[in-house]
Amino acid sequence: MLTFTLRRLVLAVPTLLFISLVIFLLLEFAPGDPMAQVPLTVPPEVKEKMREALGLGQPVHIRFWKWIVQFFWIEPQVMIDSFLGTTFSADDLRVISWQTRSPVMDIVVQRMPQTLWVVGTAYLVGILIAMPIGIYSAYKQYSWFDNAGTFVTMVGFSVPPFFSGVLVIVIFSVQLGWFPSIYDTTHKVTDWNSFVVQLKQMIMPVMVLALQITSQISRFMRASMLDNLNQDYVRTARAKGLRERSVILVHVLRNSMIPVVTIIALGIPAIFGGAIITEQVFKVNGIGQLLITAIQANDLPMVQTLTFIFAVLIVLFNLIADILYGILDPRIRYD
Amino acid sequence: MTNDMTENHTEIAAHEAIPTNPAQSHWADVWQQLKAHKGAMVGFYLFVTTVLGVVIGPALWHADPTFLPQGRDFITLRDTRPIYTALWDSGAKVNWAHPLGTDNLGRDTLARLMYGGRVSIAVGLTAMLLSILLGTFVGVLAGFFRKIDGPLMRLTDLFLALPLLPLILVAALLFRDPLSNSFGTEGGIFILIVTLIGITSWMQTARIVRGDVLALKEREFVLAAQSVGTTPAQVVLRHLLPNVLSPIMVSATLGIATAIITESALSFLGFGFPPDFPTWGRLLNDSVDRMVLYPERVLWPGLMISLVVLSVNYLGDGLRDALDPRIRGR
Repeated sequence: MLTFTLRRLVLAVPTLLFISLVIFLLLEFAPGDPMAQVPLTVPPEVKEKMREALGLGQPVHIRFWKWIVQFFWIEPQVMIDSFLGTTFSADDLRVISWQTRSPVMDIVVQRMPQTLWVVGTAYLVGILIAMPIGIYSAYKQYSWFDNAGTFVTMVGFSVPPFFSGVLVIVIFSVQLGWFPSIYDTTHKVTDWNSFVVQLKQMIMPVMVLALQITSQISRFMRASMLDNLNQDYVRTARAKGLRERSVILVHVLRNSMIPVVTIIALGIPAIFGGAIITEQVFKVNGIGQLLITAIQANDLPMVQTLTFIFAVLIVLFNLIADILYGILDPRIRYD
Repeated sequence: MTNDMTENHTEIAAHEAIPTNPAQSHWADVWQQLKAHKGAMVGFYLFVTTVLGVVIGPALWHADPTFLPQGRDFITLRDTRPIYTALWDSGAKVNWAHPLGTDNLGRDTLARLMYGGRVSIAVGLTAMLLSILLGTFVGVLAGFFRKIDGPLMRLTDLFLALPLLPLILVAALLFRDPLSNSFGTEGGIFILIVTLIGITSWMQTARIVRGDVLALKEREFVLAAQSVGTTPAQVVLRHLLPNVLSPIMVSATLGIATAIITESALSFLGFGFPPDFPTWGRLLNDSVDRMVLYPERVLWPGLMISLVVLSVNYLGDGLRDALDPRIRGR
């Protein structure tokens, strides 16, 4: 198992490098000019100087190499510095955003908590709702509960977040006035009342994201439970007189969890991507919103770094899913 | 005579358990199974109705979706509410000439919904076709030719590891102007969006097709075909492709749903079609600012997207059951 993990880790490095190259080359084609916002009165030679100051004067491979060094060598140093108070990265040039002229990673770190709060809570809520639904609809297959559950999950699959989000805003904040339609990220939780305010503003984005997550996971949970319910070991467990409760919740559930856990791990990076839309609807200024504004403003270092972070998440959670699979199911050890 | 025959037949059936059902083709079987799946049938008819509605609809409903009323008309015709609002709000501004109301520039909502649906469904179908073609091509190549299996599957893995939505957003912005210049604004963006969705959604199909081809090419009928001198291209076209058609059809149906959602998401985020060009996502995006006063403008396009996607998903679900011989006949 350890060798497998190590091998996968080593393999992940060229994959990530290749992905970063793909993203870099894609952005290289960009016809958009970062100087487009500069007033026309600025003379061309000054513009050229400005382009060079942004690091655009050098050939492609050198810029790619510089970005790699900045991202993989200097940024980790900055991280260590901020934790331990050392000065490894004192004079090094970091990845600088063209929009704000400040280091990209600083902005990402500022934006991360908002996304993590909303997305993380939604994921947890989604899993907690999905599991019982999946288990019960598999146990009572083709019952009214199962049919209703199938319908709800189908709706969850089909209603895009930019519609369900707008719909809950119309219902709950416009018509009923229960929750605010805009997520206030400057809000700080200090006492019970401010906690309630935070809870209120989180409910709608979490609800929208959780609907999607629930529908995916409960489908998988149901299918996986159905696969296991007809197995011989279930009959054995019943035959030896175990209570139905422990047959289902201990024997069947534990075996059914194997594919579901990997699906949960695989879904985490996709959720970050899906949150782009939800963040836009509820005006949460998280990672997704940062990406959208960066794309619109032609801020290539920011776009490059953010897209790459998404890629890292995907590769990382693929790896985690593979390892989890091996740990949970001894039959699938890869060595 | 015939009576005698059937009696005879049932007698044998009772004795030797010969199936009494008349033999029918595979596709008739599938159709019968699909008909038994209520959700799939509702989805099927809903989808067909919507497609017919947006294709034939504009021929019956002659309003021009881009017509802007001028002068006094502009004030009288803009911001009309749907006629059903008059049921609970007698003071509402309604107009029988515009059953679903007009937008803030006085354009007819029903006509815009129809034209928007045309674009959205066209994008969905074309993008699905492209992704299925790509996926089947890669899958068959990888499954049939051992030498390129490894590289092709690594490529598939790589595409699966790419953060797709961010990349689509980036690419949609980068290639918008060059394509608009060479193919015209609408044509260029149509090509751009279809291509982007197509080349980012073929991976699942490729994997499924490869797996099936791998299993099929070891079977005797392929060996028999090869032994009489069939060329590899003929083996693939005549013997393998018809056998992998079922999973391809399922992923094709589900592909329409994803393509429509992705297109609407792009339009919603402002990276899709230009503002004056209606698609369902675009209509939704344009109306969000005024949803407090005119919730129906958000509701209708969103409802259409959701209904089409829901019906296609149900159809795909039923099709999967119908095409799987293991669950058929249950």
